[in-house]
Amino acid sequence: MSTAVDTTKPAREAPYQGPLLDVRDLHVEFKTRDGLVKAVNGVNYSVSAGETLAVLGESGSGKSVTAQAIMGILDMPPARIPQGEIRYRGQDMLTMDKEARRQIRGQKIAMIFQDALSSLNPVLTVGFQLGEMFRAHKGSSRKEAKAKAIELMDRVRIPAAKDRVGDYPHQFSGGMRQRIMIAMALALEPDLIIADEPTTALDVTVQAQVMDLLAELQAEFHMGLILITHDLGVVADVADKIAVMYAGRIVETAPVHELYARPAHPYTRGLLDSIPRLDQKGQELYAIKGLPPNLLRIPPGCAFNPRCPRAQEICRQEVPKLFQVTTPEGAEVAGRQSACFFWKETLGDA
Amino acid sequence: MPSKDLPDDHDPLRRIPPTDSDHLDYVGQQGLAVAQDTLIEPDPVKREEARSLWGDAWRELRRRPIFVISAVLIVLLVLIAIFPGLFTDTDPRQADLSRNYLRKPDWADVFGAGWFGYDGQGRSIYSRVIYGARASIIVGVFVTLAVTLLGGVTGMVAGYFGGWVDAVISRVIDIFFGIPLLLGALVLLNAFTTRTVWSVVIALAVLGWTQLARVMRGSVLTVKQADYVVAGKALGAGTSRLMLRHILPNAIAPVIVVATIALGGYITAEATLSFLGIGLQDPTISWGVDISSAQRVIRTAPFALFFPAAALSVTVLAFIMMGDAVRDALDPKLR
Amino acid sequence: MGHYVLRRVLQMIPVFFGATFLIFIMVYTLPGDPIAAMFGDKAADPATVANLRHQYHLDEPWWKQYLIYLGNVFQLDFGTSFTGRPVSEIMADAFPVTIRLALVAFFFEIVIGLPLGLLAGLKRGSFADTAVLVLTLIVISIPVFVLGYIAQTVFAINLGWVTATVQDSTDILQLILPGLVLASLSLAYVARLTRTSIGENLRADYMRTAVAKGLPRRTVIGRHLLRNSLIPVVTFLGTDLGALMGGAIVTEGIFNIAGVGNILYKAIRTKEGPTVVGIVTVLVIVYLVASLLVDLLYAVLDPRIRYA
Repeated sequence: MSTAVDTTKPAREAPYQGPLLDVRDLHVEFKTRDGLVKAVNGVNYSVSAGETLAVLGESGSGKSVTAQAIMGILDMPPARIPQGEIRYRGQDMLTMDKEARRQIRGQKIAMIFQDALSSLNPVLTVGFQLGEMFRAHKGSSRKEAKAKAIELMDRVRIPAAKDRVGDYPHQFSGGMRQRIMIAMALALEPDLIIADEPTTALDVTVQAQVMDLLAELQAEFHMGLILITHDLGVVADVADKIAVMYAGRIVETAPVHELYARPAHPYTRGLLDSIPRLDQKGQELYAIKGLPPNLLRIPPGCAFNPRCPRAQEICRQEVPKLFQVTTPEGAEVAGRQSACFFWKETLGDA
Repeated sequence: MPSKDLPDDHDPLRRIPPTDSDHLDYVGQQGLAVAQDTLIEPDPVKREEARSLWGDAWRELRRRPIFVISAVLIVLLVLIAIFPGLFTDTDPRQADLSRNYLRKPDWADVFGAGWFGYDGQGRSIYSRVIYGARASIIVGVFVTLAVTLLGGVTGMVAGYFGGWVDAVISRVIDIFFGIPLLLGALVLLNAFTTRTVWSVVIALAVLGWTQLARVMRGSVLTVKQADYVVAGKALGAGTSRLMLRHILPNAIAPVIVVATIALGGYITAEATLSFLGIGLQDPTISWGVDISSAQRVIRTAPFALFFPAAALSVTVLAFIMMGDAVRDALDPKLR
Repeated sequence: MGHYVLRRVLQMIPVFFGATFLIFIMVYTLPGDPIAAMFGDKAADPATVANLRHQYHLDEPWWKQYLIYLGNVFQLDFGTSFTGRPVSEIMADAFPVTIRLALVAFFFEIVIGLPLGLLAGLKRGSFADTAVLVLTLIVISIPVFVLGYIAQTVFAINLGWVTATVQDSTDILQLILPGLVLASLSLAYVARLTRTSIGENLRADYMRTAVAKGLPRRTVIGRHLLRNSLIPVVTFLGTDLGALMGGAIVTEGIFNIAGVGNILYKAIRTKEGPTVVGIVTVLVIVYLVASLLVDLLYAVLDPRIRYA
């Protein structure tokens, strides 16, 4: 009678219940010749399985840098993370060793970039780049990897995948290239996908197709999705909750419909007001006055104060924390926060 | 309807926000604009200097030690070339065989006739090093000017017009490329019985212009496709306006880089030709000639070879360093 | 792809004719009478001179001379030098020597230049990078003939490691020093080119993607970076081999190697028309073929060119 040694993994403790990704008080700085650029100044957000978080903001708001910090692809000098935690399934990735982090990258958390033409290697075939995921992480053979690549291309609805697997990125249209990027991200069925402006470089109709595909795949794999964008239109269909970023901070969070209906921060209000509407015909378009701040010299107090129609003395002196939004009766509204001293008044502007 | 050049203040391309930079259309600058570091936006309160390729390049250049060193060297060399009398009193052709045949350098005789010793004909090496600068600088500068002009224009025409004009010009360029520079210069110069600095300039220019033509053509081909050029065309800008105002400022950067580096190459070429006995000859004073004569006595008097060789190397070095610095400053990607 | 090749070959034809014509003109129509030069200072019997001129077709108009010449070339007859030896024989002696030297130089260029460039490119801003930059700068600035003399003096005469001149050019060991000297300029360029190319590609978006895919570092660098970075380097190397052959004049002179450069130099000086034109014609053909191969290579390496 042999006592078979159980070489399988030890029985897990109770499976992890919290959010897939939990970013806490993240700060990212860049040391440049002109000074210290504070790109991310205390960001908190989390995503759970099956959930879509949209991170909204203009260029320079820090949304992409946060994403890159999560993936761990920032060049560490000149970038520095002086403070914060990035927890994947409860474990802080910032304290992990390089190899452990690398194992997560691509396999558990994957990223889709904006410009697929420059983000794909121009001298390797699409099939090779897709198959690479399997060869590098799963030890598949070339044949297996190729078969998987074709399967993936089918999944993202690239016509005649078998014929096109040996083609190069520049031979595809923009929309198809973006699908290939999506396929590459999904290859190993990650828990979480971060999409950094996936549709910005595409035509409107193609945008819709790609977003539909993304939503479909997310539902199918029950993945968490962080969608980074500056386009309010794209977000409305896909997101569950939204975080608005400005000057490296989150200035408002809300479930998606709440945000559009009743913004609680002047910046969000300004963004929504700037969307041209048909019934505005003949009127001057609204734009938030001023320009986003120079991250070398962020204004004191609330970073938005120079451009804010509501700015008061206190805004120039104190940095507002993220206040919990409550109903008039005082009940907390779930997932609703605003970094504005005057959020109540802003809500009332609807 | 024929397109006509629009007067400046009505040029639609100028209506985009005005900047401080002088003659470049804002849109024209965007072609090779500094890669907008999106993390750093212009300060809304203080009006910063407009960011243009040339403004930035100059600022970049100023702070690089390599530029400063090479610039100082070049200024010094040009001074030596134009005013050799400032640096030495000795006549470089005065030969005193009996007294000074291969006399060793006298280190104490700073800036004096004997400082670097004397050559195989009893002439002051220091003096010859000083006077030799002129030939090298003239050849370098004028060949570069000539090839930049000739090559630049040809390359621009070929790149801009395309079609059969380009085909013909490209074949001509290829033909000249098939003949190695040194070889061609050898054959050409062999035909001259008296060779002056200008003979060498002509020979090198005739054979070397194709290099710059190619660079310019390639650069124009890239710039031509940029959106702002297409926009300019659509708005009715005429050929010469497009070429001069929009394409040229943006296409010229690589040409300048190559030209500055090539300058060093032309100086080397002249020295090599003189060394081979087919470049400059007496009475012109050239480092290459001196090096050539010093070959024979290299064992007994290495200094006779060393000093002209060092002078030559330092000169070439200065121009190549300058070329490097200019290239780094003009390349927005290297930030 | 086939289209591309055909077009390139067709383009080569006018270039071949143009280049050989150009050299022909330069040699034969520029002032200087080669026949007279043959006799040096001695006065020659006019009848003999006339005879010789006729023999070499020098009494015909130059365009006719060119056509006669071309006709012969296509029969692989490069004519006879003024000294009576068939030019093809002279070339058959000299070319193998030069080819050997060029190959040795090429070897050094790759084996030293590439790794240096890789090192500098991957470790940008480090001491190694600065050292490579400074060294290459110095090598580029010092003319080949100076470098040759220094090398010869130090390694052959002072240290005695190798012979000062090449006695037997089939002995590879003797070609090491001249090979290194010949390679010096190209080596420096290769190092710098590699460094620049790597520098540019390191910052490319596709590199970011490769890292984001969680690929191990050696794959990211070894496959993604190098495949792209080495394209311009390989194409440069391709054209350089031909350039090495045509540019060895100085090196062959210093080390007394009886190669093409040496012969060419002497022939030019003595106005040996047939030899000059013969050798240059072959060099042009070599250059054209190398050029074509490099373009093809480029298309193979960079699919964007292939399917343009």
